[in-house]
Amino acid sequence: MRALVDIDLDIPKGEFFALLGPNGAGKTTLISILAGLARADAGTLKVMGHDVTADYRNARRSLGVVPQELVFDPFFTVRETLQFQSGYFGLGRNDDWVDEVMAKLDLTNRADFNMRALSGGMKRRVLVAQALVHKPPVIILDEPTAGVDVELRQGLWQFIRQLNGDGHTIVLTTHYLDEAEALCSRVGMLKQGKLVALDSTHNLLKGYSGARLRLRLAQGVLPPALAPLVTTAPTNGEYLLALHDYAQVESVLAEIRTSGLTVMFMELEQPDLEEVFVEIMRRD
Amino acid sequence: MRDSPRMAGFSTLFRKEITRFWKVSFQTVLAPVLTALLYLLIFSHVLEAHVQVYPGVRYTAFLVPGLAMMSLLQNSFANSSSSLIQSKITGNIIFVLLPPLSHFEFFAAYVLASVVRGVMVGFGVFAITALFVPVPVKDPLWVLSFALLGSALLGTLGIIAGIWAEKFDQLAAFQNFIIVPLTFLSGVFYSMHSLPPFWQEVSRFNPFFYMIDGFRYGFFGVSDVSPRLSFMIVGGCLLALSFATLSLLKRGYKLRH
Repeated sequence: MRALVDIDLDIPKGEFFALLGPNGAGKTTLISILAGLARADAGTLKVMGHDVTADYRNARRSLGVVPQELVFDPFFTVRETLQFQSGYFGLGRNDDWVDEVMAKLDLTNRADFNMRALSGGMKRRVLVAQALVHKPPVIILDEPTAGVDVELRQGLWQFIRQLNGDGHTIVLTTHYLDEAEALCSRVGMLKQGKLVALDSTHNLLKGYSGARLRLRLAQGVLPPALAPLVTTAPTNGEYLLALHDYAQVESVLAEIRTSGLTVMFMELEQPDLEEVFVEIMRRD
Repeated sequence: MRDSPRMAGFSTLFRKEITRFWKVSFQTVLAPVLTALLYLLIFSHVLEAHVQVYPGVRYTAFLVPGLAMMSLLQNSFANSSSSLIQSKITGNIIFVLLPPLSHFEFFAAYVLASVVRGVMVGFGVFAITALFVPVPVKDPLWVLSFALLGSALLGTLGIIAGIWAEKFDQLAAFQNFIIVPLTFLSGVFYSMHSLPPFWQEVSRFNPFFYMIDGFRYGFFGVSDVSPRLSFMIVGGCLLALSFATLSLLKRGYKLRH
């Protein structure tokens, strides 16, 4: 069985890109190959134009990876962890940037704490800091907010947005699709190792799911002609209709008027990335 | 002077490995010195009056270089192997796999850190036992040569064990069924010439015997085989193991999938 099949993906410099897919779709495998943690049987992968195998030194210098697992070295303090990580990348004296990264991630007052003494959220911050100590132009975040509280999540996204604004390319994998929708300008979706969708977030939202109309009638029941549009059984007299597009609103209302019914409440709902994702995964 | 980026990567990993064992020096340096001292006290108490291996050399004095070398070898092995297995099992090995470190830098940093720990323990054993029995140092160059070669060899073997083992008990098996028997049966407590002919022949296939015999030559100027032969055999083993280890690291065996 192949973990990844026929992936052809180009992420432009400075993009905030979401790589989505169900568990086992191949997201972490793809990231591992990019980061040199795994090797591809065939094909070419480049980071900032550097081949990850032939020119691995420059490829790895260009890449900062925040791993999915909450891993740490229990022998060292936060500062030592970051100084060592910086040194591995050839930056022997990098204390100013290490201090800056710690300050931005609110780690300064934990700098001399042993890693074991940190909470899960703080350890996650250190992982992010480790990925940034060598100032990589490309940052990969592999489910960085899994198990992270709301406050840290918001702080983290603010910082990552700032990095993206400064020109860093960000690749994000997450199961929180609302985060991907809010942050990423383009989305790629993997299923069973294949890239089944690749488009801007806007186009995906527009193209893969029509609007949904939530309405409540003043009296009576929905005309039978509209029954095929109903997605779920009515609750508290409210119907949820799936529309192909916004233009269909007019024909729905006309049908209700023709049947002598009156709309008491109506709301148009925007499709979200989660719906698009579910639809694509089901279809492909 | 600033390190070049390449040297900085290697020197950082080396420094990290030194810091790692030094932070738990009570366990990694002092404890093995104490263990060796206990061996010395017990064996010398029991055998001092009954055994004389080399003419004019007290058994207790004979024992000191063997114990120092045994401790040096075991701790060199323990350093690289335990660091790697812990990093693999806890997952933090990723922090040294993501940076642009070559397989040679990786190898050199782990081996050199093992050499440092091994030599520190070996020197510690020698220094503490010197308080109980004077031991001459006839040829310090041989002492140093075998200390460095032996610790490098076991540090290299530790890398192989550390990357091969997937669980702590696999590493413990490697240590208990290979390293410990080979060190105990290498002439730490006896001279090869005191063995029956069959076991003398068997001992010649044990590379640890040459490390300890050559090391001991540096102290007493007497050995079971020529120190030059021991040097060549130990050096040859180190070269062969280094080549094998570099090849494993280059392939990413059990490190990169």
